[in-house]
Amino acid sequence: MKIAVCVNHVPDTEAKVRISSDGKTIDKAGINFILNPYDEIAVEQGLQLKEKFGGEVIVVSLGGDSNKETLRKALAMGADKAVLLKDDSIRDSFAVAAALADALKEINPDVILLGKQSIDYDNSQMVGLVGELLNLPSVSVVVKLEIQDNKIICEREIEGGHEKVESQLPIVLSVQKGLCEPRYPSLKGIMAAKSKPIEEKQIPAVNSKVETISLRMPQSKAAGKIVGTDSTAVKELVRLLHEEAKVI
Amino acid sequence: MSKFKGVDYYNFDSLLTEEEILIRNTIREFVDDNILPIIEDYYMRGEFPAQLVPKMAEMGMFGATLPAKYGCAEMNNVAYGLVMQELERGDSGVRSFASVQSSLVMYPIYTFGSEAQKDYWLPKLARAEKIGCFGLTEPDFGSNPGGMITRAEEKSDCYVLNGAKMWITNGTNADVAVVWAKLNEKVHGFLVEKGTKGYSAPEMKGKHSLRASITSELIFEDCEIPKENIFPNTSGLRSPLMCLNQARYGIAWGVIGSAMTSYDTALNYSLSRVQFGKPIAGFQLTQEKLVHMLTEITKMQFMTLQLGRLKDKDESRFQQVSLAKRNNVAQALEIGRIAREILGANGILSEYPIMRHTANLESVKTYEGTHEMHTLIVGEDVTGIAAFE
Ligand SMILES: Cc1cc2nc3c(=O)[nH]c(=O)nc-3n(C[C@H](O)[C@H](O)[C@H](O)COP(=O)(O)OP(=O)(O)OC[C@H]3O[C@@H](n4cnc5c(N)ncnc54)[C@H](O)[C@@H]3O)c2cc1C
Repeated sequence: MKIAVCVNHVPDTEAKVRISSDGKTIDKAGINFILNPYDEIAVEQGLQLKEKFGGEVIVVSLGGDSNKETLRKALAMGADKAVLLKDDSIRDSFAVAAALADALKEINPDVILLGKQSIDYDNSQMVGLVGELLNLPSVSVVVKLEIQDNKIICEREIEGGHEKVESQLPIVLSVQKGLCEPRYPSLKGIMAAKSKPIEEKQIPAVNSKVETISLRMPQSKAAGKIVGTDSTAVKELVRLLHEEAKVI
Repeated sequence: MSKFKGVDYYNFDSLLTEEEILIRNTIREFVDDNILPIIEDYYMRGEFPAQLVPKMAEMGMFGATLPAKYGCAEMNNVAYGLVMQELERGDSGVRSFASVQSSLVMYPIYTFGSEAQKDYWLPKLARAEKIGCFGLTEPDFGSNPGGMITRAEEKSDCYVLNGAKMWITNGTNADVAVVWAKLNEKVHGFLVEKGTKGYSAPEMKGKHSLRASITSELIFEDCEIPKENIFPNTSGLRSPLMCLNQARYGIAWGVIGSAMTSYDTALNYSLSRVQFGKPIAGFQLTQEKLVHMLTEITKMQFMTLQLGRLKDKDESRFQQVSLAKRNNVAQALEIGRIAREILGANGILSEYPIMRHTANLESVKTYEGTHEMHTLIVGEDVTGIAAFE
């Protein structure tokens, strides 16, 4: 089975993000970047499929040289090879999907895995766009999957429950927490990753269809209020929650 | 509390390779997820968290610098040092387990063992299917192991061991002990397997330090071991000292992790603790303490990295390892104590890691050569005069 996993290089969940002077992009200086946590689940799922069915796992990332770090981590976890689509320019989801779809067409995988969203811009569009551009079925927010021959059964998370769907390979899937627990790269895996290939590809420019006009930081939260430190404060706390905060 | 992000005031990371950083970050995450949530509880109960061992083995933390053909990661000494740093940020006891298994058990088997001993033991020890310990210290011979009383006697079909070792990390839970004993007045190394008649390893109780680590006596009473269990390639007392030199190198790195967590905890605490109407971090005396800690950590990082680079080129000398072990443990201990002061009464609680680390470091200062012995080793090196012979 040929498995491709698309991985994004995103600011660490704990990073304190600042907006650059252009007002439209984030200032990357001093920010630690990581393998997008949902994509990490996708890599793990890819490795588990390979362990079950044989084959290979190819990770694909679009971005600059620094994305190699993220590719290297996926290789250290056990992926076989990596493709870096070299382009550091600003792209909207469509332009990213177009580049990924081009590369994926060439790889021609049986299963394409992605995280359900990148934790940087949270667009959650990739699975649908890539599926459409490749003319393949796509299933989003997958929390369970089972493959038999060419048939795949997935469980998706939906509001208040799960939905079970059936489709055919090849397929594009976006994965959600709970599908599997990503492994730590082993020290041996990290050492072995050094000699695994990262193929760099120049890619054509694609016009974005959506342009970012501006970014804004969320408003900082108002300071909390300490009503008291012992049981005598409970009454006042309840009153405030009821009358001021109106939550009870 | 926010996740630990390391201490890096001088862009130390720019001197590391991509793999070294990935290795460090991976172990950091492992420690955050697996050690920190449970360690205080195990420490307070005086129990070693044995469930960590298979996970550590799966990640390849044992014998990580040894060749791949034994199932090891074959990484460099700097990467190994960073693993030790992160593990000890978790707990010195857990780091001690890894040090003993790697530097004091796998290293001697690899260096002094026969091909058969290597082929049999190294893969099993790397996977932690077998656990090892290292017995050099005796009740009456600590800093001066050359005076050891434990004896081996050669018989036609076996060696017979008599004597006792003390303060042996992992002793009770070890499947195999690397035991140093005199045979015809010369120190030799032997492999003694658990269950051998005449061998027992009772645990020592009552420690106030390294409580999440097992420390034991090893007792040999007419203990017969097969002839093939002697190391063929040792050269007297120098051989166990070579092992200690490996382990000390790891300790020099390890305690940086301990110092980092004490500093990080104190820094965060001082920013949120308000007295006299402002955060205590705003007082000059507190700032002096924080700056002192940061300075010492920064110095340790660069010295120890250079030591590792020298070691990777096979150019490090054991006296340099002594200097780093001596300095780093003493500084980490001092940093622990200062951090405890900054936390005031909260500093003594198990809610914060400081008191545990500081108590642990009292052992670390003594084992693998005391602070004083390392002073004398470097002292002899620079003066040419041995003060302890
Ligand atoms: C938790 C723990 C785990 C340990 N694990 C192991 C292990 O796995 N395997 C093992 O073999 N050992 C182990 N040890 C033993 C450790 O290596 C010894 O404790 C250490 O070598 C010191 O020996 P000692 O305690 O007998 O002290 P001593 O040698 O009696 O020293 C007492 C004091 O006298 C000082 N002193 C001694 N000689 C001189 C001198 N010439 N000049 C100046 N000062 C001197 C020392 O520096 C020290 O301050 C462990 C110890 C501890 C605490």
